[in-house]
Amino acid sequence: MLEFMEGSHAVAEIVKRCRPQVIAAYPITPQTHIVEDLAQMVANCELDAEYITVESEFSALSACLGASAAGSRVYSATTSQGLALMFEVCFNVAGMRQPIVMTIANRSLGAPLSIWNDQQDSISLRDSGWLQFYAEDNQEAVDLHMIAYKVCEDHDILLPAFVCFDGFILSHTYEPVALPGQEEVDAYLPAFTPYQRLDAEKPLSFGMYATPEYYTEFRYETDRALYRAKESFIKAGREFGEQFGRDYSALVEGYRLEDADTALVAMGSICGTAKDAIDEMRDAGKKVGLLKIRTYRPFPGPEIADALSGVSTVAVLDKNISLGGGGAVGTEVKAALYGSGAAVYDYIIALGGRDVRKRDVAAVVDLAEKGKGDMFYGLRTEVL
Amino acid sequence: MAEVEQGCELFSAGHRACGGCGPALAARLLLKATGKNVIIASATGCMEVFSTPYPETAWGVPWIHSLFENVAAVASGIEASLKRQGRSEKVVCIGGDGATFDIGVLCISGAFERGHDITYICYDNEAYMNTGIQRSGATPYGASTTTSPPGACAPGGNPLPKKDMPAILAAHGAPYVATASIAYPNDFVQKVERAINTPGPCYIQVHTPCCTGWGFESGETLAMAKLAIDTGLWVNYEMVDGKVVKAKKVRRKPVEEYLAKQKRFRHLFKPARRDDVIANIQAIADANAERFGIDIKRKESSE
Ligand SMILES: Cc1ncc(C[n+]2csc(CCOP(=O)(O)OP(=O)(O)O)c2C)c(N)n1
Ligand code: SF4
Ligand SMILES: [Mg+2]
Repeated sequence: MLEFMEGSHAVAEIVKRCRPQVIAAYPITPQTHIVEDLAQMVANCELDAEYITVESEFSALSACLGASAAGSRVYSATTSQGLALMFEVCFNVAGMRQPIVMTIANRSLGAPLSIWNDQQDSISLRDSGWLQFYAEDNQEAVDLHMIAYKVCEDHDILLPAFVCFDGFILSHTYEPVALPGQEEVDAYLPAFTPYQRLDAEKPLSFGMYATPEYYTEFRYETDRALYRAKESFIKAGREFGEQFGRDYSALVEGYRLEDADTALVAMGSICGTAKDAIDEMRDAGKKVGLLKIRTYRPFPGPEIADALSGVSTVAVLDKNISLGGGGAVGTEVKAALYGSGAAVYDYIIALGGRDVRKRDVAAVVDLAEKGKGDMFYGLRTEVL
Repeated sequence: MAEVEQGCELFSAGHRACGGCGPALAARLLLKATGKNVIIASATGCMEVFSTPYPETAWGVPWIHSLFENVAAVASGIEASLKRQGRSEKVVCIGGDGATFDIGVLCISGAFERGHDITYICYDNEAYMNTGIQRSGATPYGASTTTSPPGACAPGGNPLPKKDMPAILAAHGAPYVATASIAYPNDFVQKVERAINTPGPCYIQVHTPCCTGWGFESGETLAMAKLAIDTGLWVNYEMVDGKVVKAKKVRRKPVEEYLAKQKRFRHLFKPARRDDVIANIQAIADANAERFGIDIKRKESSE
């Protein structure tokens, strides 16, 4: 049954059904509705969890780390400055292999201060060891939370994950969403069984200090786990499809790519706009398609190369900028397509909440087909 | 020391601390007090580094280290998790003075304000030792560290007084706040027992001389701790619900006896005596004595 609801509320509802035992979060626009909803659910005895009203995001994730290490399923949500404040803890959580799921209501990073959407925040944490999943719409955001817990808690993986959905564009938008019932979620996501936990019965030391003889191997093991997460995601996505009828077994998803000459590559809600634009371009006789990246970490390089093997021109829509280095997704797509013969162009677009319409997507395709790219799209030169 | 019960050691020897390390002794005493039913959360610093070089660990109880400044937040999460699971382990944080007085204040303040049932132990060696003896908010006035060195424009070394961390935590409404010293192991052990059995967030600041950072012979650690108390530069006291209820009384010695034995105060004596700075330090001890009423009057016995 479809219900019409706000994206944040849908996320809170599914988080509740995933039965986190400890929640620690700190409010920040546009994530606030999620953590307010969860606080109300706890207050109403609808959700039996410890809700820690921490004094900062830094403590939010630190508390989640402690709670997870002590053997509870935990949850947090943040965005932008909050995620930046968590930077140090993020690396720590991944290195300590704690299966924490955190929603990111994607937002730009200051300065200048901006509360609006782009994906700079989570992308800037790309090297931290967190899995990163990006939702195109609120249904996908809901579903990815269940999948994320399943992948993270897989004893073969044991990693944390960001479930990213675009701030305001999704978090504050009402869309019809199918919310699985509690029994269905329980059937998909079993109760949490920690691989190891802090326990007086079996004393273990967590978070030790490593000399050069061991440090590299720790990093290697974590890196391997991220790559193993591809299989785990595919399996969890397939099982999800079998149970709920929505299949997520692909790390990347093509749209009208079959005979495409030009392909757009994007992540998140911009994919919806791109699909509509592609339909119009197709009607006008242009052979254009889209490749949507669902899992930015682990990065699906070979999957991208495979999906784009027949394409001659690629235009990457990057809602972030690695200042002085280009768009982060574009850089990695170029590496993935190295030697394929395709011309790959990067477009920095939709930063700080700037709207992207179908005509912008069409304009990017035109630029790529003319061989113009690796640029900021739609710069207002009059204010420079 | 002999009076402390010698059971099976939960903090094992063979760690990498300097010989005569005050904090290492505090760790041993701490675990004697807590017993096995505890989870320790440790901040980055000497204690963490010398006790857990992977794959070895000195900790015979569950132990976690995350970062330098987040130990109180990590412990908040552990406590919430145990509560949710109906488990009985006590949660104890241990952090150095840098982790506690300086970089970790945000997390500690949050944890104490929320009232988690945790005990926070600050082992105070009065500087950032792990990074090579830099000044912290706990470094006493007049001490030389690598970031408060004496020089022509700063003849006294550290120009700032020690922050009053116990008062800050008492002001959070902590039901039990105490200072202790490894010079009095039984007292420290009893205070830890009291703290872990008091519901809510409790704080103990234990004075743990560091031979390497302070510059004294490694066999002198306990003597140095005792001298700090005997001069009134360190006071052992307890605060219950914000009020000082008990302070250890002493027949005070002049601070010079303490200062002259440590290289960190050497600039106060050589090349020329700095009577002005020494007098200021004496004034700090006098103020402590006044505030806590520790001076033993004639015919009064200690404590
Ligand atoms: C965020 C951060 N800043 C700085 C450091 C470097 N650092 C590690 S331990 C330490 C000093 C620890 O001092 P203290 O808490 O007093 O413990 P001690 O080493 O004296 O036992 C510093 C500055 C760090 N690990 N993390
Ligand atoms: S430097 Fe000081 S605190 Fe650190 S191990 Fe040596 S004696 Fe202990
Ligand atoms: Mg110190």
